[in-house]
Amino acid sequence: MPSNEEVFEKVKEALMDALGVDDDEVTPEATLVGDLGAESIDFLDIIFKVEKAFDIKIEREELFPEDVLSNAEYVQDGRVTEAGLAVLKERMPFADLTKFEENPIVQDFGNLLTVQDLCNYVSTKVA
Amino acid sequence: MRWFLIDRFTEFVSQQYAVAVRSISLSEEAVDEYVPGIPTYPSSLIVEGMAQTGGILCSQISDFEQRMVLAKIMKLKLNAEAVPGDLLTLRADLQTHTADGAVIRGTVHREDFVLAEMQLMFAILNDERFENVQLFEPAGFCRMLRVLKLFNVGVYEDGTPIEIPEFMLEAEQAGLTVG
Repeated sequence: MPSNEEVFEKVKEALMDALGVDDDEVTPEATLVGDLGAESIDFLDIIFKVEKAFDIKIEREELFPEDVLSNAEYVQDGRVTEAGLAVLKERMPFADLTKFEENPIVQDFGNLLTVQDLCNYVSTKVA
Repeated sequence: MRWFLIDRFTEFVSQQYAVAVRSISLSEEAVDEYVPGIPTYPSSLIVEGMAQTGGILCSQISDFEQRMVLAKIMKLKLNAEAVPGDLLTLRADLQTHTADGAVIRGTVHREDFVLAEMQLMFAILNDERFENVQLFEPAGFCRMLRVLKLFNVGVYEDGTPIEIPEFMLEAEQAGLTVG
């Protein structure tokens, strides 16, 4: 099983390649969308590269639970409900949702994932 | 496809690779007018030709039933311009294929010279927003694939010829029915 440093280095390489960002921009705290400029189509590229780097299979819904965010049961007036937050927490144990919980606007969800979250997710898959 | 940016397939092995040729002619508007006085084939059209070669390679895996679009040029290296009289050979090798998309590695040769190398990513438009969207009308798409000689050279991995999908044949047949 690769160490946390090894996971980070490989994830960093994938992000630099997919997003054309520099080495020093890819920090654990950097958000994929806001800080690194990832657009929706880049996520497919990132998934392909991470899958190849770690020889794992990634289901898009695991990383981006669009089904929850588009479900009327979990979203009201553009905000994720308590029930929705509970489902997100269960589905995304690798992500730190603390900040999002303060003001759970669906639109902001896309900018939630950080490099560290992605590393945490990969670690659960290679474990 | 509105524009044909390859002339025909010369090899096509399902789920593996496709080879197409493209001859560059001065009579083409894009070649004549891109750089007035210096006839040049726009490099962007070389990339688009590879997108057509690779896109059809990827799309054939689902018998052309999935909506496959060029999503991203992941890598591109252009080593020279193509000019009138050139015969380009475009080869697309399938690298990745999943339910969401595919990646091909593309190489363009002019005789032995590597004119361009690239890696292209295709996305499959499979979410509900595209449920009723049809990228190609089946009879017209089938005609295009026939024109490109796909069914003349295309084989599955076991060597048996690629057959024209039933829904395309039905659409062609419907177009021939009068009244």
